[in-house]
Amino acid sequence: MAECHDLSGRAVALAVETGAPLIALAGQPNMGKSTLFNLLTGLNQHVGNWPGKTVERREGHFDLNGRRLRLVDLPGTYSLTANSPEEVIAREFVVREKPDAVVAVVSAANLERSLYLVAELAALDAPLVVALNMMDVAAQEGLQVEAHVLEAALGVPVVPMVASRAQGVRALLDVIEAVLTGQRRPQPRPPEVRADHAAILAQIEALIAGRVPAPYPQAWVALKLLEGDAEVTRRMQESLPAETWQAVHAVLRAHDDAFLAVASGRYEWIGRLVRAAVTRPRVGQIGLTERLDRWAAHPFWGLVLLAGILGLVFGLTFTVGAPLQTWLEEAVIAPLAGLASEALSGAPFWVQGLVVDGLIGGVGSVLTFLPILVIFFAAFALLEDVGYMARAAYVMDNLMHLMGLHGKSFLPLFLGFGCNVPAVMGARVIDSWPARLLTILIAPLVPCTARMAVVAFLAPAFFGAQAIWVTWGLVLLSLTMLVVSGVVFNRLLFKGQRSAFIMEMPLYHLPNLRTIGLLVWQRSLSFVQKAGTAILGMALVVWLLSYLPGGDLNSSYLARFGQFLEPVGRWMGFDWRLTVALLTSFPAKENAIATLGVLFGVSPEGGLTSLLTASYPTATALSFLVTTMLFIPCMATVAVTRQETGSWRWALFSVLFYLVLSVAAGTATYHLAAWIGG
Amino acid sequence: MEKVISFLPLAEIGPGERAVVRRLQAGRAVENRLAALGLTPGAAVEMVQNYGRGPLIVNVRGARLALGRGEAAKILVERGGNGRMP
Repeated sequence: MAECHDLSGRAVALAVETGAPLIALAGQPNMGKSTLFNLLTGLNQHVGNWPGKTVERREGHFDLNGRRLRLVDLPGTYSLTANSPEEVIAREFVVREKPDAVVAVVSAANLERSLYLVAELAALDAPLVVALNMMDVAAQEGLQVEAHVLEAALGVPVVPMVASRAQGVRALLDVIEAVLTGQRRPQPRPPEVRADHAAILAQIEALIAGRVPAPYPQAWVALKLLEGDAEVTRRMQESLPAETWQAVHAVLRAHDDAFLAVASGRYEWIGRLVRAAVTRPRVGQIGLTERLDRWAAHPFWGLVLLAGILGLVFGLTFTVGAPLQTWLEEAVIAPLAGLASEALSGAPFWVQGLVVDGLIGGVGSVLTFLPILVIFFAAFALLEDVGYMARAAYVMDNLMHLMGLHGKSFLPLFLGFGCNVPAVMGARVIDSWPARLLTILIAPLVPCTARMAVVAFLAPAFFGAQAIWVTWGLVLLSLTMLVVSGVVFNRLLFKGQRSAFIMEMPLYHLPNLRTIGLLVWQRSLSFVQKAGTAILGMALVVWLLSYLPGGDLNSSYLARFGQFLEPVGRWMGFDWRLTVALLTSFPAKENAIATLGVLFGVSPEGGLTSLLTASYPTATALSFLVTTMLFIPCMATVAVTRQETGSWRWALFSVLFYLVLSVAAGTATYHLAAWIGG
Repeated sequence: MEKVISFLPLAEIGPGERAVVRRLQAGRAVENRLAALGLTPGAAVEMVQNYGRGPLIVNVRGARLALGRGEAAKILVERGGNGRMP
């Protein structure tokens, strides 16, 4: 299904690309841009990456008056100065792809700040349309915004709307249609640069006149040079003759704080617009957001609330998700395996093994975790959509500081409790590269549901009634290791540098089920795609190693490898079977149980627990659990680590680090436990 | 009008107090981001939450912004001020 969706998405993109009008959706974060995008495209959307970047690219299509339109969701950015890859992507798209219309989503409840991006877009000569979203939130906050006043002042159509309730969409589509047919020609009036810098800007523009590479507008390039934009500066340094560049550079160096004047100028321009267009009948009322934040952002009660919410999500996961997972395992995967082995009874029995043990057993059991993940994704998307996640990041900022990180890193790490794969991918929300890398490296220390499944199975087998304490101890150990590794990495690798914590606290609002649903759908889909590709390949390799050369596990390459490594395993009190079980947890953590089942010749349901209890002393049991908890991240996590860091270097570093960490911790545990016990 | 001689870090403004941004000393990259979010010289701010340690929340140009204490220490402000408040 994942593949099918992928192919249809590509086919659509090809069909649509030929001549279909292109609409770009721009806006700052938290303006309801995604809600509008989802509203227009529904499931006709495709999520990928911008070429060469780890920035999500969402593209879709919709029909308007019998014509198909392409819609590209530009990354949400606060400005268009080259501070981040997102900002460069957004402006390059507008300048190079020349969309037929650029819809800028702004919030009526947060007009002053959100018009800043419009001020930047207006300077790009694009056919601009402003979607004045969140009119309901504005009204609730006691603000009245006159769209026609803004329209007259900006020189572009302004459409008031409430995207979360689909209000105003028809009007927006009519305006887009009018722009596409040429009935309306938006003539954006960009803010003038402040008087004290106008002469300098004119001087720069005169110097670069006629030498600006197409398709960049000359006035815009001059402005960006004055703002000290790194990307534009580099580009112009390359394309200008040396002496012209010297002259430009001399002017810029004499006014290197001009960017503040430019930003202030934009806000002065916005201030005039807002004063004309917004009336505030009630002043000084305390909004809902402020009242909620007294608790949610409080340094103590905020943490209590966060702990409560986390507890609720975990509770839900284990009361609803875990039984569903077991049910899938027993009622779907097991019968499927039975059916397949029957159907393939005539086939050579390596085919049977490959399909039943490799494909269904390997990939199938990974997919059974989907219900747990869906619950997790849904909880996460809900908290994100109502605006709570920024508060979680805010109250966690102090703790994250210990590791040289800030609050924002908490969000991907939280996702890690569901699965480490989305945690690594979620690290994209962190704007500075060292902080992002650090988060990716320590994310595997968040115990994911697959590892918890192994612990949930083995802890009661080994420890009976004490299992709950052992489980809590393991989780605590893992999280302590996370903080310690974070502190150490930060000192050694990143020399203690800390990135700036600057984050908007969006207004709370009611959740939009469509937005949440689509987010859950996309995240689940990308997990299934991972399972269908990377995990499938690895499952087949492991199966082959456990099958070749003789078809018997006990004499297979895998067993030989385990026996070869047994001396290392013995440090931790393992025999070769535990060593092999640990190794097979690399493709998928929960494989450890299945492997033990195979090696002991029994199914996990059929008395494996009692056999394990009889076979291993407590010290070995404890060290096996500790080692499994801290072992090399699963293959899928390693694969996304490579993808998100852009090189094998960090992926291999991560593998080595966790290998050393887990073996050291396992060895220490074994000897300590044996010493105490013996 | 009385003349204020010295500026103080935003981090020292108490909750409920108002101030006007006067100078940024956070380095080019961070200053650029702060400016885009509305913290430009001359901008009126209102402290929403400041417990003396950890991050803080300010109201600036009609939006709520969370800042790390380190960042807030590099924004110099003047107490009070007659800037238009959100």
